[in-house]
Amino acid sequence: MGGAHGDGLLVAADSPVHSLPAQCKVVALLVGVAGVVATPPRQWWAFVVYAVLVGAVVAVARVPVPTVVRRSVVEAPFVVFALLLPFIATGPRTEVLGLSLSESGLLGAWNLLAKATLGVVAAIVLAATTTPRDLLGGLDRLRMPRLLVAILGFMIRYAGVVAGDLQRMRVARESRAFRGGHLRHLRVEAAGVGSLFVRSYERGERVHQAMVARGFTGRMPALATAGASGRQWLVAGALPAVAVAVALSAWVVA
Amino acid sequence: MHVPDGFLDLPTSIATGAVAAGAVGMALQRAEREVKEAGAPLAGLTAAFVFAVQMVNFPVGPGTSGHLMGGALAAVLVGPWTAVLCLTVVLVVQGLLFADGGLTALGTNVTLIGVVTVVVGYLVAKALLGVLPRRSGSVVPAAVVGAFVSVPAAAAVFVGLYLVGGSVDIPVGSLAAAMLGWHSLIGIGEAVITGAVVGAVVATRPDLVYVARHLRPDLVLTGPDGETSVVRPDALRVERTTSRPLAVGLAVSLMVAGAVSLFASADPDGLEFVGERLGFGASAADSAVAGSPLADYGVVFVDNPLLSGALAGVAGVLVTVALGFVLTRLARGRDEPADATRV
Repeated sequence: MGGAHGDGLLVAADSPVHSLPAQCKVVALLVGVAGVVATPPRQWWAFVVYAVLVGAVVAVARVPVPTVVRRSVVEAPFVVFALLLPFIATGPRTEVLGLSLSESGLLGAWNLLAKATLGVVAAIVLAATTTPRDLLGGLDRLRMPRLLVAILGFMIRYAGVVAGDLQRMRVARESRAFRGGHLRHLRVEAAGVGSLFVRSYERGERVHQAMVARGFTGRMPALATAGASGRQWLVAGALPAVAVAVALSAWVVA
Repeated sequence: MHVPDGFLDLPTSIATGAVAAGAVGMALQRAEREVKEAGAPLAGLTAAFVFAVQMVNFPVGPGTSGHLMGGALAAVLVGPWTAVLCLTVVLVVQGLLFADGGLTALGTNVTLIGVVTVVVGYLVAKALLGVLPRRSGSVVPAAVVGAFVSVPAAAAVFVGLYLVGGSVDIPVGSLAAAMLGWHSLIGIGEAVITGAVVGAVVATRPDLVYVARHLRPDLVLTGPDGETSVVRPDALRVERTTSRPLAVGLAVSLMVAGAVSLFASADPDGLEFVGERLGFGASAADSAVAGSPLADYGVVFVDNPLLSGALAGVAGVLVTVALGFVLTRLARGRDEPADATRV
């Protein structure tokens, strides 16, 4: 990572999941997670099925499990919230290990942990098997507004550059014997961020001028991405189809 | 505060998705006027800037640090509509590439972080600038207050969403106290950092600060015959403000209504009402009297739902602060040197 042309969080491998078009994967992820979210939390078996499905995708995509675990740290704040739920929720209470816990709070904690974890792992698989460039093409294919795709593209393209700017300013500060980390250093670090904004803004203007000089007329050219074949949609759709079926039968059972 | 999947039920997620789509669609139309000259590259670079800034850990107190959400900052620097687009793009990248914020919750996250913080921050800053004296020194306090208000405002909207689409019957008072209390603290950090950054930009390139555009000096043109004419810089831009006051008024009234009803519903009646609406009337009605958070611990003053709510809020804040402190220590111990590059 860090390079302007980096492949982001891609875990390079040659797997069926990697070779699916990005638009198929995004739609499959969205539908699958929607199915998971719609499942009544009391139907434990449904979540076991989901976990097996997601685990199978991780295995097929050959994403290393430690990578998945490391990246799922983003979930941490809500894990804390989930762990607090049994204590702060109301309703009938039950004794667990001498603590008085709310039943609905326990159920809510389970609900949140299970659904959020499944969603996070599924999204990690998407990021690990798709280059940002393919993702852009996929979103374009999915009719995301052209201007938004363009902004997204410039952001992904320049995130490394802007982060590099930031890094150089930090190196410059610290090579002048600056050690931050205290409230009184806020002004220095804020000045750095302020000048980062000025640099980013001016770079944006320069990029635009360079584009105009090369014949840019105000419309972004379409991203040349291949469409997905019916077979690819079928392959990508298999998993969310199972997830939706499980969600529906969980509703019927409940 | 990126909401993950499963936090709100599917209908609420779809509803917030519709709100977010509407807001982004509106922003797509309006943003062209704000960044007419440089368009997509400028907005993309600003999004990259917001993304990078969210990775910078600022010192907030001894041993603790926080990072910026950046909604109010972006709104003050590049204008509200462009800021909505930038924050939306950042949230899409975080959701799709970093699993930060659920995909079904993307609409919720865009509504909270991309729209509410931006719109509230901008409106407050703009309103203050209308009251404060017309000089560049007024920009920083306006941005500070805007940033401070924007964070609890988003938290208040979140509490409202949770009441409609949350899965657990948490007492309204507790949830509101915890969320608003904790996010007021975050808001102070956001305000301090936003103020410092805006101050730095105002000091070097005041012309780039969107909300300070009206402060730019008049352009004095001198013709070949020595005749001078004065042109306001604003006049060069095509401003059309026909529907803006309406939208602004609507947004403000919505915010006020949300906040007021929150406080109004902190008493048991409101709790029962919410319980019935969520379809677990029996248990909620029962719990409104007997099930306040600390009831089973036999604390004397626990009959007062507001007080117990406040207690739960304080507990939540303390737990989060302690956890943040521990995590900061762990993170610092592990990788002392570099942390700035995530992409």
